Amino acid sequence: MLGALSWSFQEADSDRVDSLLEALLADSGADRALLIDRTGQLIAAADAAATTDATAFASLAAADFAANEQLAGLVGARDFSSLYHQGSRQSLYLAGVAGRAILALVFGRAVTLGMVRIKVRRALPPLEALFQEVFTRPQDRGDDRLTAGWANEVEVEIDRLFDGV
Amino acid sequence: MSMINYASREINCKIVYYGPGLGGKTTNLEYVYEKVAPSTRGKLISLATESERTLFFDFLPVDLGTIRGFKTRFHLYTVPGQVYYNASRKLILKGVDGVVFVADSHPARLDANSESMDNLYHNLAEHDFDLRELPFVIQFNKRDLPDALSVANMNAALNPTAVPAFEAVATRGVGVFDTLKAISKQVIKSLS
Ligand SMILES: Nc1nc2c(ncn2[C@@H]2O[C@H](COP(=O)(O)OP(=O)(O)OP(=O)(O)O)[C@@H](O)[C@H]2O)c(=O)[nH]1
Ligand SMILES: [Mg+2]
Repeated sequence: MLGALSWSFQEADSDRVDSLLEALLADSGADRALLIDRTGQLIAAADAAATTDATAFASLAAADFAANEQLAGLVGARDFSSLYHQGSRQSLYLAGVAGRAILALVFGRAVTLGMVRIKVRRALPPLEALFQEVFTRPQDRGDDRLTAGWANEVEVEIDRLFDGV
Repeated sequence: MSMINYASREINCKIVYYGPGLGGKTTNLEYVYEKVAPSTRGKLISLATESERTLFFDFLPVDLGTIRGFKTRFHLYTVPGQVYYNASRKLILKGVDGVVFVADSHPARLDANSESMDNLYHNLAEHDFDLRELPFVIQFNKRDLPDALSVANMNAALNPTAVPAFEAVATRGVGVFDTLKAISKQVIKSLS
């Protein structure tokens, strides 16, 4: 949701997500699994052969998912939760995770949609549990790794990058 | 709602260029794309109509590199300015960390500027977000027009709280990076 506090992903969260995505890939035979924040940012990716631009992919997938959710709402489909694009070689399946993220699977012709659905349905509960934890735990505001010193250095870098152009 | 990923040590900030149709939002991103080093930016994605009006959004990731161990990145988005694309505009505002309002200096666009500013305010408010608490700058674009409204007039109409405002000619790049620098610094300050 807009206006929510920043949230943070810790080392341990990331390890859990990575192993869940790896397991999903192995289990489903898909080529690529990505976890994307609803605002369009990539959270994690697992892939057999990473060829696509993950940053672009994440932003487009989030927009696509959001637009389709609204479309579904317009025609009264209140339980919109997943989206499927069929391609001639590769297909794409997107599923919402805990209202905060999107799980995207890219898969080839050898894998059926039915299989993907089943495997995703099984992968969702542990992912959703993890997101519940991330969003309900107290914010790590005391964590001073993002200090004023960091901000100053970023500002210097902003000047360096944008001044000379 | 920027995402700080302590595991991959990444910080991604979302900056949205808002404003009336044909004001020059897409032109700002195109100029940034052309001018920054290719190693610094990703692909520019434009979801536009055949006549190059933004239909859904433009998207350009800009990479500041790794600073104190954190890979720091800005995600620049534009919204479609045309009034009837409001549903799309709301979607793009999701998770915004900072807003650039690109105003059109043409006198005939004064109402369109004001309407778009109201629309921004409302779209944010609908999600319990207050424009006054968000990193926010205004760009007065198209200063090259012979009959451009005076900056004083534009400030009076669009900038009651006196947020930083920059004059620009986006087609020639004038003011584009001043604007981007100002909003990105505000966003960084808001995070630390
Ligand atoms: N004279 C002048 N024209 C400009 C300037 N900046 C942009 N334009 C022109 O204005 C037109 C619209 O620019 P865009 O960048 O597509 O506008 P936009 O705000 O993205 O419009 P929408 O996508 O419809 O919301 C283009 O023909 C630009 O070349 C400027 O500084 N001066
Ligand atoms: Mg545009």
